[in-house]
Amino acid sequence: MSDGPPLVSFAGVTRFYGEGGGLVRALAGVDLTIGKGEFIAIMGPSGSGKSTAMNIIGCLDRPSSGSFKFLGVEVNQLSQDQRALLRRNFIGFVFQGFNLLNRTTAIENVELPLIYRGTPKRERRERALEALHLVGLQGRERHTPGELSGGQQQRVAIARAIVTGPLLLLADEPTGNLDSQRSHEIMELIARLNGERGITVVMVTHEPEMADFAHRTIRFVDGHIASDGRKQAA
Amino acid sequence: MLWETVKLAMSSIRRNVLRSVLTLLGIVIGVGAVIAMVTLGNGASSKVQENLAKLGSNMLIVRPGQTTFGPGGSTDARSFDERDVAALKNELSGIRGVAPTAQKQMKVVFGALNYDATVTGTNSDWFTVQDWVLEDGQPFSETELRAGSSVCVIGATLTRELFAGQDPIGERLRIGSFSCEVIGRLAAKGQSAFGSDQDAVLVLPLRGYHRRIAGNTRIGTISISVTEAADIPRVQRHAEDVLRERRRIVPGEEDDFTIRDLTQILATMASTTAILTGLLGAVAAVSLLVGGIGIMNIMLVSVTERTREIGIRLAIGALERQVLTQFLVEAVVLALFGGLIGIAIGLGLAAAGAAVMDVPFNADIRVIALAFAVSALTGVIFGFFPARRAARLDPIEALRRE
Repeated sequence: MSDGPPLVSFAGVTRFYGEGGGLVRALAGVDLTIGKGEFIAIMGPSGSGKSTAMNIIGCLDRPSSGSFKFLGVEVNQLSQDQRALLRRNFIGFVFQGFNLLNRTTAIENVELPLIYRGTPKRERRERALEALHLVGLQGRERHTPGELSGGQQQRVAIARAIVTGPLLLLADEPTGNLDSQRSHEIMELIARLNGERGITVVMVTHEPEMADFAHRTIRFVDGHIASDGRKQAA
Repeated sequence: MLWETVKLAMSSIRRNVLRSVLTLLGIVIGVGAVIAMVTLGNGASSKVQENLAKLGSNMLIVRPGQTTFGPGGSTDARSFDERDVAALKNELSGIRGVAPTAQKQMKVVFGALNYDATVTGTNSDWFTVQDWVLEDGQPFSETELRAGSSVCVIGATLTRELFAGQDPIGERLRIGSFSCEVIGRLAAKGQSAFGSDQDAVLVLPLRGYHRRIAGNTRIGTISISVTEAADIPRVQRHAEDVLRERRRIVPGEEDDFTIRDLTQILATMASTTAILTGLLGAVAAVSLLVGGIGIMNIMLVSVTERTREIGIRLAIGALERQVLTQFLVEAVVLALFGGLIGIAIGLGLAAAGAAVMDVPFNADIRVIALAFAVSALTGVIFGFFPARRAARLDPIEALRRE
């Protein structure tokens, strides 16, 4: 793959929720390495730990034990603000529910991460427009989420995720709320971002059809990785 | 970044116009009430001062006896005489006049009509000292004063009641067994600040009063008019020295007379106003507290309602501090809007009230600035808790919330 430390590495990662009798084990010692440029689908039944794994990869959550390194940095030792900076600079999020700000235009939604980075207004505009063009939404910049279809909203969300030029795109069931045609379009867009821009993609999905777009599929069962397979290069 | 945050706050306020307006009500009412009351209060107190000034400007009032509390305070004090007046007039500098007065309530008779009036013996300085305007006729001449001639000047009430609008000049009035010729009439001055009719007055030369009416030579009051207001304390001290010497009061012994300064009375009234203003301030504080709690309440609701939004912001890399700032700025902007609307409404109410109550409309920029600052402060104080709560949300929990 590429030089330097892997993008993400898990070593014996566990995650427990609750305490005492109500203790729930979400991850039971997971080892995992994700290299730069990979396109990974994470699958598994509800409660298998795949969302928890995603949250840890996204630096939103921390392991109860074990080591989680992002670009070789032990994230467990970082403060909340430092983790926010990691997210801000290296990670883009796409959610099942789109999670756009209501009554806020597409371009304003896309500009949001840049605002937090303190990017000057003009540059912000340019990069947001560029990102919206990349996801095929030229002409819809001034529309609010309410005025856009589900597929279009998810495109805005993807534009927001990539506008900062992240290394890693985390997509949590990005097609879960879309019909099959829109789903394919979104997956093609994500695959293109991975292929053309080299953005590492980690995606949680229930649908094998969508997982087929990925090069590597990891299956979680009961807090463990049950299978981890690479597709043969076509 | 701050400007971005302000714009962000504005847009989120715009997104919830009705709720924002309702939130503001507390602050609007608080600030509005304070501005209206203080502005009206200023107008009213400046009107009171104007009324007091009508009594005579920069006036010192000298009376025999010490003002003591309880019975028997000042009965046996020596009264003044003409030499005291002459001495004050000679010794004091920076004064417009010294007017001795001796007065008594008496029936003034003209033909079949009579009217109760304040019969006052004095000199020609009296007109200057007490700011009287002669509408017709003339004041007392030196000769008339020296001789104590039987001439008099009457106030507007007497002109109206006894002469029914006809020219009184040259007519003779009877007071007890004494009669005098009217040589002048005064312009109306209206009620005094204490509610008595100042125009029911008949003025005659002091010596005539002493000889024909009082039967003694006592002078009840000496009024001194000082040219410059700033000079009043100096003139007051000087007058005190002169009188102590004349009355042979040894050092260390108390004065057996009192010199009162009308501006002292004004100061008393001003302090009354200050107490009222303080009370208003307390009311304002309470209403701003209520307004602030309103803001806190609505900001907490807003944080709960926008949990998901906060989650998104945190996920895409907002720092705790940035989320805190956003919500704090939102609260402050909200509070400032409330303050501005309150100021506008308050000034409007005060203008209307001033017109109705017939007092001047005195908007005080300092009060307005203070109200503005206090509303901002309310926003900061009551916005902080909800903002901190927003900033400390767990992004995972926040994103999971519908």
